[in-house]
Amino acid sequence: MKSAIETKDRRGTFYLKPSKFGLVLIVAFMLSVIFAVFLGSEKLHFSHLTPLQKQILFEIRIPRVLLGIFVGASLALSGAGLQALLRNPLAEPYLLGVSSGAALGTIISFALSFNSDISRSLFAFLGASLATFSVYNMAKSKTGMSIERLALSGIIVTTLLSSIIVLLTSLLDSTKLRSFTFWLLGDLSQATRHAFLFVLIVCSIGLLVLLSQARALNLMMIGEKDAFDFGVEVARVKLLVFITSSALVGVSVAASGSIGYVGLVVPHLVRLVVGSDNRYVLPFSALTGAIFVVFADTLARILIPPRELPVGAITAIIGAPMFIYLLKRT
Amino acid sequence: MIEVRNISVGYYGLQVVSEVSFRVETGKIVFLLGANGAGKTTILKTLNGTLKPYSGEILLEGKPLQQLSRRQIAKKIAVVAQESETKFPVTVLEFVLAGRFANTAFFAWDTDEDLQIALECLKLCDLDGYSNRLMNQLSGGERQRAVLARALATQARILLLDEPTNNLDLSHQISIFKLVRQRCKNCLSSAVVVTHDVNLASEFADEIILLKNGRILAQGEPSVVLTEKNLCLTFDVNVLLDTNPVTKHPRVTLMYDTG
Repeated sequence: MKSAIETKDRRGTFYLKPSKFGLVLIVAFMLSVIFAVFLGSEKLHFSHLTPLQKQILFEIRIPRVLLGIFVGASLALSGAGLQALLRNPLAEPYLLGVSSGAALGTIISFALSFNSDISRSLFAFLGASLATFSVYNMAKSKTGMSIERLALSGIIVTTLLSSIIVLLTSLLDSTKLRSFTFWLLGDLSQATRHAFLFVLIVCSIGLLVLLSQARALNLMMIGEKDAFDFGVEVARVKLLVFITSSALVGVSVAASGSIGYVGLVVPHLVRLVVGSDNRYVLPFSALTGAIFVVFADTLARILIPPRELPVGAITAIIGAPMFIYLLKRT
Repeated sequence: MIEVRNISVGYYGLQVVSEVSFRVETGKIVFLLGANGAGKTTILKTLNGTLKPYSGEILLEGKPLQQLSRRQIAKKIAVVAQESETKFPVTVLEFVLAGRFANTAFFAWDTDEDLQIALECLKLCDLDGYSNRLMNQLSGGERQRAVLARALATQARILLLDEPTNNLDLSHQISIFKLVRQRCKNCLSSAVVVTHDVNLASEFADEIILLKNGRILAQGEPSVVLTEKNLCLTFDVNVLLDTNPVTKHPRVTLMYDTG
């Protein structure tokens, strides 16, 4: 079986064969992981580690990198899925308020003293779903869904949820408050040995579910009516992708706060290289998202040691100009 | 073969089409003609299940349409509608291959056969060598032909065409209808066409259905249906009717003063 796509050279895109791109990504992934593990305020040398350094490596660095990998993959996947579904390359969980919904869910879970990974993720998932459905229904109009309506709905939902979050956090005591503001901007430093496991599971299931809908999403991307005409059960695919995206964002935010722009930057870069076929875009976005977050988190740790920046600040500094560029182009 | 039995249908409770019946035999092309808002597109939308009729039923190869899944319908009915523009960089080949959706399994990749079919359909629609072009870099007419190619790629037995000649230059208007006609003859498929071009309908139709306010005003062979009186009733214009000297089909000329 030979793929049609392998014979292509697109105009107007930096085209690479998917197999080559995959190889490049795997190398980049390994490099970013190696750098992330050995760079930091405490430089580690693989050959001779003191017991303390061993502890740093296994208790702090590796769990943090693992969490970064799966959070990055989840966020990028959710962005790619939402973009195809909403027919809008600018859709992004952070900008649509989905992340804020998840953050609010997490804080409510915290306030109710449900502190396990699972309950926080579940609340975050519910918050994310609620935000997704509200934005979608606000943006939908009889004439379809314009970029402007979508962006505005996202802003409304984000600001509303943010004010509720501010209200809730101001009721918390001040030491908790500082860690919360940091966490809200996206923060991987809370990674524990097992934190990544839950994200790993949801991320893998999410990838499989979205991949099973990749061909339907290829049609949805062109138009809902087109998809319907050519045999896609539109309502079912929509629900499935909404729930999957919300779950992906939910567990990511519950584990590491709102890391913005990953879902925007990553699928866009991937599409530039391999085109728009979601059978490629989805898995490559997951891998690129992992690289992006691990890279951004390494920067966040080494820019002004021993202090750390929130990783969300780094991704936003990279992502916001990109958003402006994309907005100008569409 | 598709059979429409006495359907009434509309939007949001407002009935647009009333008690329409017709059948499209295998190998035949049926044209729906009528003024704006007469219900032509509404009928097409009902034929592929986008709209559910308030009453009456549609039989697709003998089976009620309502009992078939989206996939089953899409395997048998292909739609050529006005294409919605995409903001993503989709190539022409990817666009046409998407037409194979209903014919392949969930995780499946495009097979050599799918690719072969897609390339063949591109060739038929005079889009040879356009495979790697991006959809949003095409002209309106080229896009319209890509939309037709995608519908042909489904290999469905019934084609529904909604103003397929929009944006097309004169020679492509003819070639598209020739293509549809050939397809109907060779592959034993059939087509339902909505258009405003009465003369094209006269040339290519096996049957014409004239619609007025959601009801059938006249139906039958072009030579029977296309009368000055019928056309005046349908479109509210005066026409001059004679015979095309080449094809011997009815030819319609609009009568109006330019003052």
